[in-house]
Amino acid sequence: MRKLFRLPAAAAAALLLAASLAACSGGAAGAGTTAAPGGTRALSGTLNVFAAASLKQTFTQLAATFEKDNPGTKVSLDFDGSSTLVSQITQGAPADVFASADQANMAKLEKAKMAEGTPAVFATNVLTIVVPPGNPANIATFADLAKPGVKVVVCAAQVPCGAAAKSDEASAGVVVKPVSEELNVTSVLGKVTSGEADAGLVYVTDATTAGDKVKAVPLKLASPAVNKYPIAAVSTSKNQALAAAFIALVTGPGGRKVLGSAGFGAP
Amino acid sequence: MTLELSAVIAERHLDVALTVGGSETVAVMGPNGAGKSTLVQVLSGLLRPDAGHATLGGRTLFRTGSPGSPGEWLPPHARGVGVLAQDALLFPHLSVLDNVAFGPRSQGRGRAGADAAARRWLGEVDAVELAGRKPGQLSGGQAQRVALARALATDPELLLLDEPMAALDINSAPFLRSLLKRVLAGRRAVIVTHHVLDALMLADRIVVMDRGRVVEEGPTAAILAHPRSPFAASLAGLNVLAGSLAGAGVRTSDAGLVAGRLTGAFAGAAAAPAPGSPAAGTGSPASGPEGLAAFPPSAVSVFLAPPQGSPRNCFPVTVTELEPHGDHIRIRAGRLAADISPAATAELRLQPGSRVFFVVKAAEVAIYPA
Amino acid sequence: MPDLGPRNRPGGYHAVPRWVYLLAAAGALFILVPLLGMVAKVNWAQFIPLITSESSLDALLLSLKTAAASTALCIIFGVPLALVLARAQFAGQRILRALILLPLVVPPVVGGLALLYTFGREGLLGKSLNVLGIDIAFSTTAVVMAQAFVALPFLVLSLEGTLRTAGQRYEAVAATLGARPSTVLRRITVPLVLPGLLSGAVLSFARSLGEFGATLTFAGSLQGVTRTLPLEIYLQRETDPDAAVALSFLLIAVAVVVVALTYRAPRQPKPAVDAAETAVP
Repeated sequence: MRKLFRLPAAAAAALLLAASLAACSGGAAGAGTTAAPGGTRALSGTLNVFAAASLKQTFTQLAATFEKDNPGTKVSLDFDGSSTLVSQITQGAPADVFASADQANMAKLEKAKMAEGTPAVFATNVLTIVVPPGNPANIATFADLAKPGVKVVVCAAQVPCGAAAKSDEASAGVVVKPVSEELNVTSVLGKVTSGEADAGLVYVTDATTAGDKVKAVPLKLASPAVNKYPIAAVSTSKNQALAAAFIALVTGPGGRKVLGSAGFGAP
Repeated sequence: MTLELSAVIAERHLDVALTVGGSETVAVMGPNGAGKSTLVQVLSGLLRPDAGHATLGGRTLFRTGSPGSPGEWLPPHARGVGVLAQDALLFPHLSVLDNVAFGPRSQGRGRAGADAAARRWLGEVDAVELAGRKPGQLSGGQAQRVALARALATDPELLLLDEPMAALDINSAPFLRSLLKRVLAGRRAVIVTHHVLDALMLADRIVVMDRGRVVEEGPTAAILAHPRSPFAASLAGLNVLAGSLAGAGVRTSDAGLVAGRLTGAFAGAAAAPAPGSPAAGTGSPASGPEGLAAFPPSAVSVFLAPPQGSPRNCFPVTVTELEPHGDHIRIRAGRLAADISPAATAELRLQPGSRVFFVVKAAEVAIYPA
Repeated sequence: MPDLGPRNRPGGYHAVPRWVYLLAAAGALFILVPLLGMVAKVNWAQFIPLITSESSLDALLLSLKTAAASTALCIIFGVPLALVLARAQFAGQRILRALILLPLVVPPVVGGLALLYTFGREGLLGKSLNVLGIDIAFSTTAVVMAQAFVALPFLVLSLEGTLRTAGQRYEAVAATLGARPSTVLRRITVPLVLPGLLSGAVLSFARSLGEFGATLTFAGSLQGVTRTLPLEIYLQRETDPDAAVALSFLLIAVAVVVVALTYRAPRQPKPAVDAAETAVP
C-alpha cells in the first residue's frame, strides 16, 4: 500500500518539477524576460514600440501604466506614419511591437514574414470633420464641404486617413475639392488649428486630442469607413515576452478603457 | 579759370593746397607715401577729404559743410575730371573702340556720334588700327595710348595722370611721353610722376610733396636750378646742404661752413655778412636766414688727403656705394655724390668704406634762400 | 624629372599631392554610390509608364515652372542684395549678411512655418492681404515663394564672393568717364560678373527643384497646383515604391542635365591692379 502512494507522489513531484523547469526556460533568451502571471521573476528591459501617429496620446498613457506595473521596464515609443514605420521595420529598425493605423500596412509586415503570430485588432477609428473654433465657413454637414469657396484639407488617398476620406465621400455622394491633400493626418489638423483651412477631415481621436483648438462636426454617415488598428510583435524582436505583455495590456480591459476615452471605437 | 584745391585727410596725414591754371600742366612729385595718389583720388572724387574745398572752372567740386550750411559734393561722374592711371584699366569685355566711345556715350551722345569721336581720338594717339581689338590683345604701351584716348574723348576740364609711364618698358615710354606733350598742350593737367624727364618735358610747374604736405613748388626750371627739398635736390641731381647764411656761405650743422656764390634773393644782399654771425670758421650755425648750398656731382673732386692750396670746400666722407653714371662713376657718400672718371676711381682704389675727401670750389657752389 | 603624380603631364605642374586624390575619390564615391544604389532599384520595365502618368507629368511640369519662376525672383532680388552686401557700407551690415544666409542653415520646414505665420490667413501680413482679396497659402505662388526663400542665399553668397574679388576699379574708371551709377551697373558691373551670376542662378534653380519641407508646410500638396516632384515622390512612397524610385531617378536626371549644361566654375575676373594703390600712405 505505501509503495502505491509513493509512486504517484514521486511522479507528481517530478511532473511539478518538470513543469516549473519548463516555465523557467519557456521564455526567449534575453535580459531577464521570464514571465509568469504572478510569477517569481519580474519583467525588465526596454521595449521599442513603433505606433501610428494617431495613437500618440493613448499609447503614451499606456506605456506609463506598463512601466508602473512592471518596475524595471522602459517603453520607448516611436510615432510616425504607418507606412513609414513598416518600411523602417522591414529595413531593420529595432522595433519590438508594431501598432498600425490600418490593416494594409500590417499586411506589409506579414508579407515580409516579420509579424509574430496573428495581429490583433485592438481599436477602430472613424473620420470626422473639424473646423477652426469660430467655424468661419459655417460648416454644419458633410455636404457643406462641397460649397464653393470653402478651403478643405484632407489626407492624400495613399495614406490610411485619405483612403477612408475617399470612401466616405463616395458613400455620402459628396464631391469635395480640397485645396491640399496632406501626407499625414497631423498636417491636416495643423492647417485647421492654424486657421489656414476652413475644414479638414481627420480621425475622431485627433479631434478629441485637439480639444478646444478645433470644433468637431460629425459626419453622420450610415456606414462610415472604419480603420481597423492591428497590433503585433515583430518576429525578429529579442523581447518577445515583454512584447506579449504590452500587447496584452493594449488589447485588455485597461487598454480598451484608455482607447475608448480617447474616442477610439471597440475592435 | 583755374582749379583750386585745399584738402585735409587726418588719417593719411594729408594737408594740401594746390592751384592749376587754365592750360597749365603741373607735375606733382615726391617720395613714396607723400600722398600724391591720394591727391589724385581726392580730385577725381573717389576719396572724400575730412575738410577742404575745390573748385574747377567756377564749379564747386566739393566743400565741407559748416554749422549753418551743408557741405557740397559732386560725384565723380559729374566732375569733368579724367584720369589716366599706371594701369590702363581698359574694360576687358568691350572692344578698343567701345572703350574709347564709352565716355561720349555716357554723356548722352548716340552710338554714331560717339563712335566717330572715338575714332578721332584713336587717330590722335595713333591707335586707329587697334579699334577692333579687345584689351587683352594689346601691349602695355598700346593699352596706355588707348586709355589716354578714352580719357580725352570726354573732353575733361582737368586731366589727371597718375604715373602713366611707370608700367611701360623703356622702349614704349618715350613714345607716350611725346604723345602726352602734344596732347597736353593747352590743356589743364596734373601729372604725378617720379621721373624728372616727365617734369622737364611735360610740366610748366613742379609741386613737391612730402609726408602729405606741399614742401616746394615753382616753375620747373627754378625748382631744378635751386631745389629746396631733399627730393627736389635728388631730382635735380644736385648735392644740397642746408644751414643758415653766414657771409658768402652757409654754415651747416654737420659739414661746417660751405663757401659759395650768392644767387637768387641772396645775390643783392651779397656784400654785408648777415648781422650777428662771424665771417668764417668757428662757432655753431648762427642766426642768419636759412639758406641752401647746391653743387653738382660733376663739380666734386675726390682726394685721399685734404689738398693744399686755394681755399676750397673740403668734406671728409666715407664712401657708401659706387654706381655707373653715364660714362662716369658716381661715388655716393651719404647725402653727397661725386662723379669722377673710371680711371680716377681705379687710381684712388675707391670702395665702400673708403675714407676720402670731397672737394668743391666755391665758385661751383650756389647759395640761395631756403 | 620629378614625379608629377598619377596624371603625368610633362611640362605641367599640378600642386595636388597624391594622398589628396585618395580622399577626393572617397568623397566622390560617397555621393555617387548611393545614386547608383537608387538607379539599381529602378523598375526599368515599368519606367516609362510610371514617369508619364498624369500625376507624374503634372508634378514634373509644376516643378520646372515653379523652379524657373523662383530663380527669376532670386535674380531680381539677389543681385541688388549681393551688390549692397559686397560694396556698400552701413551699420549692421554683418548682421544683415548673417540673417540673409539663415535659410541655408535652418530646416526648410521651419522656413515654411515662418512663411505660413507671415503670409497665411492668420499671418502677420496675411491678414491684410486677405482683406485685399489676396490669398497666398495653398497656391502655386506659395510654392514659388517657398522655393525662393530657401534658394535666395545660394545666389547671394555666390555672387557676393565674385563681386568682392572683382573689386571696384573698373567702376571707378567708368565714373570718371562720366557714367552715372545706373550706367556703370548696366554696362560694367553686371557684364563683368556674369559668369558668377549665372552659376549662382543655376545653384538656385537646382535648390528650388529639390525643395520639399517649406513647400509642404506653406503651400500644401495638391496635384497640378502645389504638388511638386519631390512631394509626389514622398507620396508615392506610401503605396507604390516603384513609382517613387522612378520619379526620384527622373528628378536626379533633370537636375544633372540642367547643372551640367549651365554651371561653369565662375572664372574670377582679374582684379585690376593699380600700383599707386600700393603706395604706403
